[in-house]
Amino acid sequence: MKFMLMMHAPRGTGDYQINNWTPDDFKAHIAFMQGLNRDLKSSGEFVGAEGLAPPGQARVVRAGKDGTPVTDGPFPETKEFLVGYWIVDVDRAERAYEIAARASTAPGPGGKPLNLAIEVRQVMSAPLPDA
Amino acid sequence: MTSVGTGERDDAVEQLLRELAPRVLGAVARRNHDFGAAEDAVQEALIAAVAQWPAAGIPDNPRGWLYQVAMRRLADHARSESARRRREEAVAAERAADWDTASPGVDEAEGGEDDTLVLLFMCAHPALTPPSAIALTLRAVGGLTTAEIASAFLVPEATMAQRISRAKQTIKASGIPFRMPDDTERAGWLRAVLHVLYLIFNEGYASSAGDTVHRSDLSNEAIRLTRVMRGLLPDDGEVAGLLALMLLTDARRAARTGADGELVPLDEQDRSLWDQQLISEGVALVSRALSNGSIGLYQLQAAIAAIHDEAPRAEDTDWPQILAFYGLLLRMTDNPMVALSHAVATAMVNGPEAGLALIDELARDDRVAGHYRLDAVRGHLYAMAGDARKAIEHFHAAAERTASIPERDYLITKAARLSPSRDA
Repeated sequence: MKFMLMMHAPRGTGDYQINNWTPDDFKAHIAFMQGLNRDLKSSGEFVGAEGLAPPGQARVVRAGKDGTPVTDGPFPETKEFLVGYWIVDVDRAERAYEIAARASTAPGPGGKPLNLAIEVRQVMSAPLPDA
Repeated sequence: MTSVGTGERDDAVEQLLRELAPRVLGAVARRNHDFGAAEDAVQEALIAAVAQWPAAGIPDNPRGWLYQVAMRRLADHARSESARRRREEAVAAERAADWDTASPGVDEAEGGEDDTLVLLFMCAHPALTPPSAIALTLRAVGGLTTAEIASAFLVPEATMAQRISRAKQTIKASGIPFRMPDDTERAGWLRAVLHVLYLIFNEGYASSAGDTVHRSDLSNEAIRLTRVMRGLLPDDGEVAGLLALMLLTDARRAARTGADGELVPLDEQDRSLWDQQLISEGVALVSRALSNGSIGLYQLQAAIAAIHDEAPRAEDTDWPQILAFYGLLLRMTDNPMVALSHAVATAMVNGPEAGLALIDELARDDRVAGHYRLDAVRGHLYAMAGDARKAIEHFHAAAERTASIPERDYLITKAARLSPSRDA
């Protein structure tokens, strides 16, 4: 069963909290994420993962008259935003929660776990029961 | 066979290799014990065969040919490794030498088709998670490429390659010998293999995910492998039962989805689209198994599928007989999904209230409490009872929790049809 793990982060000064981090803290954070992805690949559970560009560039789009795009944003007042996601293929939901919990411990300043909120949602790809 | 075209000859070679590959792999792994190395060696032997046989002709003993080439490759690899492995090399080389001089009667000497069976048992090893067992079975026994398996399950090829390689390591680390199960193990091993084949079939038959062509290939592959099993264990009622269940289910494939891929439930299917040939084969298989006095979960499920398939119209379905079979099934398993189907059959025979009462009871079972299928069935039974409001409520509750898009769409459509009609 596939799950999408969506990592949300609070906004800091400008877009990122990480703008205030020391280079070593930032490096440790990146290394943690790379290690997580490496482990998911070697366990055969990795389907995909992407980080998203900062919300300062985000636009909300709706179709206007004639279907032409009408854009809105960016929204500097947004407190929390989606930083990135993983899609994993695991044999039970609890395993997806474990992976999310590990991602949530990604280190921040001083190596302290950030405890970021990870929303876990099942991907609609389950087999149907026989009708 | 003098004037066979190149294309046909290639097809014949390919088909023969598909059939022989698991047997050769079983034989090599049985001697070498390193599943990964054995598989690599067999792959190389298969490649050599593809390169040579179409032009040079198929050897008299194709299986012995593949076996010997694979064993030689194993010896070559062992030889090229470090001194630490010299001992293994000697053993492997010696074994390869044995086979170089062996008589053509390799089949008899090595136990022949049993090797496929041992391989199936290994791939369904209890230490493996179902996704790993499925992947390994498709790779090692089915001969699908890693890319094909990855594409069927919509994961990157590298991920699938890792899953397969970890599965092999798990088997190796478990230290269980590569051999036929003894009498005490046999039933459990067999059950595990049949379960893996059943899961492969379901992935192909029932899934909404992925490329339809690849998905249905999985069902065909499951059927092919179950046929191989049946060839190996012709007297096993459950093997026959599983094959019958697959055939009787697959027979409805064309009727199961509408023009836009939407789900068509059994009672609304165009039965003229059902494959009568598969139905008669499945019915014959399950009838023979049951008349031999054997009984098992797959045989009973196949018997129920046969009753559905033999009804010319939905309203002709012999529900009392289906109910009786579900009663037998319930005595053999405490699977709550069987209990749910039993509740449906009860409703069809004794009315929706009787079915709903059983579901209320079932809802106290922690394993299924809150499962969307309980709500889906309740929706149907309330609709049957004429209570549209409650039916809509349960269809919506089910639609919110299913993880399948076609099923969600189906449930929402069901609810919408029951809604008070808007102005025409």
